[in-house]
Amino acid sequence: MLNTLKQPVEKITNTESKMIFGDFDPREDKILRIIDNEGEVINRELMPDLDNGTIIEAYKSMLFARTADEMAVSYQRQGRMYTYPPINGQEAIQIAAGLIIRRDDWLAPAFREMAIMLAKEVTLKEIFLYYMGNEQGSNFSKANHVLPICVPIGSQLLHATGIAYSIKYQKKDEVAFTFVGDGGTSEGDFSEALNFAGVWKVPVIFTIQNNQYAISVPVKSQTKSVNLAVKALAFGLPGIKVDGNDFFAMYVAYKEAFENAQAGKGATLIEALTYRKGAHTTSDDPTKYRTKEEEQEWDKTDPLKRLKKYMDKNGIWKENEEKLIEEYKVLVDKQFSEAENFTPYKLEEVFNYMYTNMPDILKKQKADYEQFQNWKENRK
Amino acid sequence: MSVMTIVQAINNALDIMLEEDKTVVMYGEDTGKEGGVFRVTEGLQKKYGVERVFDSPLAESAIVGTGLGMALSGLRPVVELQFDGFTYPAFNQVISNVSRMHNRSRGMYKVPMVIRFPYGGGINALEHHSESPEALYAHIPGLKVVIPSTPHDAKGLMISAIESDDPVVFMEPKRIYRAIKQEVADEKFSIPLGKAKVLTEGTDVTVVAFGAMIRECQKAIVMAKEAGISVELIDLRTIYPIDKETIAESIKKTGRIVIVAEAPESFSVGSELMAIANEEAFLHLEAPPKRVMGFDTIVPLAKGEPLYLISPERIFYEIERTVKF
Repeated sequence: MLNTLKQPVEKITNTESKMIFGDFDPREDKILRIIDNEGEVINRELMPDLDNGTIIEAYKSMLFARTADEMAVSYQRQGRMYTYPPINGQEAIQIAAGLIIRRDDWLAPAFREMAIMLAKEVTLKEIFLYYMGNEQGSNFSKANHVLPICVPIGSQLLHATGIAYSIKYQKKDEVAFTFVGDGGTSEGDFSEALNFAGVWKVPVIFTIQNNQYAISVPVKSQTKSVNLAVKALAFGLPGIKVDGNDFFAMYVAYKEAFENAQAGKGATLIEALTYRKGAHTTSDDPTKYRTKEEEQEWDKTDPLKRLKKYMDKNGIWKENEEKLIEEYKVLVDKQFSEAENFTPYKLEEVFNYMYTNMPDILKKQKADYEQFQNWKENRK
Repeated sequence: MSVMTIVQAINNALDIMLEEDKTVVMYGEDTGKEGGVFRVTEGLQKKYGVERVFDSPLAESAIVGTGLGMALSGLRPVVELQFDGFTYPAFNQVISNVSRMHNRSRGMYKVPMVIRFPYGGGINALEHHSESPEALYAHIPGLKVVIPSTPHDAKGLMISAIESDDPVVFMEPKRIYRAIKQEVADEKFSIPLGKAKVLTEGTDVTVVAFGAMIRECQKAIVMAKEAGISVELIDLRTIYPIDKETIAESIKKTGRIVIVAEAPESFSVGSELMAIANEEAFLHLEAPPKRVMGFDTIVPLAKGEPLYLISPERIFYEIERTVKF
C-alpha cells in the first residue's frame, strides 16, 4: 500500500477514455457518479478500466490515510500536536488524484490534502512535524514539486495557475493540481485564478473539495449558484460536478482533466461533492452548527465503505482489514515518534530562512538575543 | 458590575450598541450562528436576528468593501476578520477606500465603521494566526487603530469605536482573550480614543506597551521592583492617533523609555515611539530609547514561537540595561 503512495502510477491506463465532461452539464446540476452507496455500478459505460490490483491498492491507500487522520486527531487530543485539520471522509478525491498525478506534476495544496500529499511522497513525519509547529515539515525530503501547505484561503489557486503557465512556456510534460474548499470559492482569488487559467489556456486542474462547510457556514450561505462546478463556465473552462465519495467517478474525472491538460486543452474545474466527517480543525466543535442526523445521512455515502462494498460484491477484497489497520497504526506511530523526537528548535531557525543571505540587521538582532540568553543563563 | 473576560466585555459592548442603535450591524466569517471562532459575537444573532448579525461568505475584501458601502449609506457596520493574518485580502479596500472616503469626498461622506480582528502570538497557532500588524494599519492615514489590554478598556474602547464617525481598526489581543478577568460596569460607558493610560507610576524608566504585552510588562515590573527600579507603565490603548503628550510627559519625568511590542521591530509602532521620545523629550533623555520587540522575521510556528515571544525576563533585562546605561 505505502508503495502505491510513494510511487504513483507512472502511466494511467492507456485505453481511450470517453469524453464525459459534456455529458454532465453543471448548469443542469448533473453529477458524475459511477457506483452508488451500496457499491453497485450504476454507470457501467463510464466504469474505468482499472485492474483489481490497482483498486485494492487505492482502497488500502484510503484506509491508510483515514487511519493516519484518526490517529492525528487523537495525538492532538493527547496534547502531542497542535491544531490539525482532519481529512476524514474526503479520501476518495485525493487518492483518485494521487493515482493520476506523477512525480513531476505539481501540487499546490490548501491545508486539507494530507492523502494526496502522501501520494506525492510527502512523508507523514513531515506532515506531523508541521502540525507540531515546526516549519521543517514543509521542507520535503522526498516529494517533488509540492508547495507547502497554504493557509490563506484560495490563494494557492493562483500559484498553480502561474506554475501551469511556466509549464506551458517551458514546454514541459507536467500538469499542476490544486485544491480549495467550498468556502474558498467565495474569495476573489478563486475567480481570478479561473479567469487567468482560461485566458492563458494552461495545464492546471482545480479541485473544489466541497465538504459542505466553511468552518460553520454551509454552502447554501456561501453561494446561490446552482453548484460550484458551474462557475467554471463563465471563465470559459469546463466544469464538472462529481460525487467526491465515489472513487471511480473521481478517477475518470481526473483522467479526462489530465488528458485535456496534457493535450494543450487547458484548465478544468472539478467540484468534488463530499462531507467533512470531522471538525474544521481540532479547535472547532461541529455540534454547534450541524446535526447528528445530517452526519448519519452523509455517513451512508462514506467513500471507504462504498469502495469496500464494491470490492466485496465483486469478490476482490480478501484481506483482513482489522489486521491491516493494526499494521498501519504501527507505521503511523513510527512516523509520529520520529516527528516528536525531531531535533529541538534552535534560534538560528527563526532567522536563517528569511533571506538567502542574512542581512546584518538580522544578524544583530540574533546576536542581541543570544546576549540576553547568556544573561538569563548566568542569572540562574 | 460583572466579572468579565475580554471576550465577554467586547460581546457586552456589541450587545449594548446593537440594543441601542438599530443602524449597527455585524458580520464576518462564522460570526452569526457560531458566534465567531473565538465566540466574541456569541448569542448576538439569536438576540438581534439574522438581518443584523450574520455569517458572510468567505471573502475578506468583500466583507470590508461591503461594510464601507453600508457605512456610506446610513449603517454602522462592525465587521470581523477572522485572524490577523487573514486581514490582508481586505487591505486594498482598507487602504484605497475605507481610509480615504471622508477626505476624498471633502467630508460629504463619513465612514462610521469598525473592522475588528484578533491579533498576536502566544496561542501555538498555525501560520497567519499569530501576527501583530498594527503598524501596517497605523501607517494608513485616515484610520484609527485601537488595542485594548483589559476587559474594562475593551468594552469602553469598543463602544467609542462604534460611535466613531471615522473608521476604526479594533485589534483584540487573542492571547489574553480569556486570561484576564475583571469587574466591568454593566451599563454603557466609553473610553475616549487617542488617550493612553498610565497604569503604574514610577520615576526611573517609562515602559510603553499595549495589548497582550501589558501583562508581560507587569510581571517584569515586579522583577524591576526587586532590583530597586521604579517603572512607570503606560498602556497606549490607541495606536493612532497616538497620545504624544502622555508619553512625552512621562519621559520628561523618568528620562528613559523602553518600548515593548510583539511586532517586528523595524518600521514599527516602537519606531514611532522612539521618534516621539527624540522629538518631544530629547533633552530629558538619560539613556538611548530601547525597543523590546519581535525580530524582523515571520512569527515562528509553535515550536519556535517561545524564542520569538517577549518574556518578562527579556523586558526586565532591557529595563535594567537602560537604567544602568
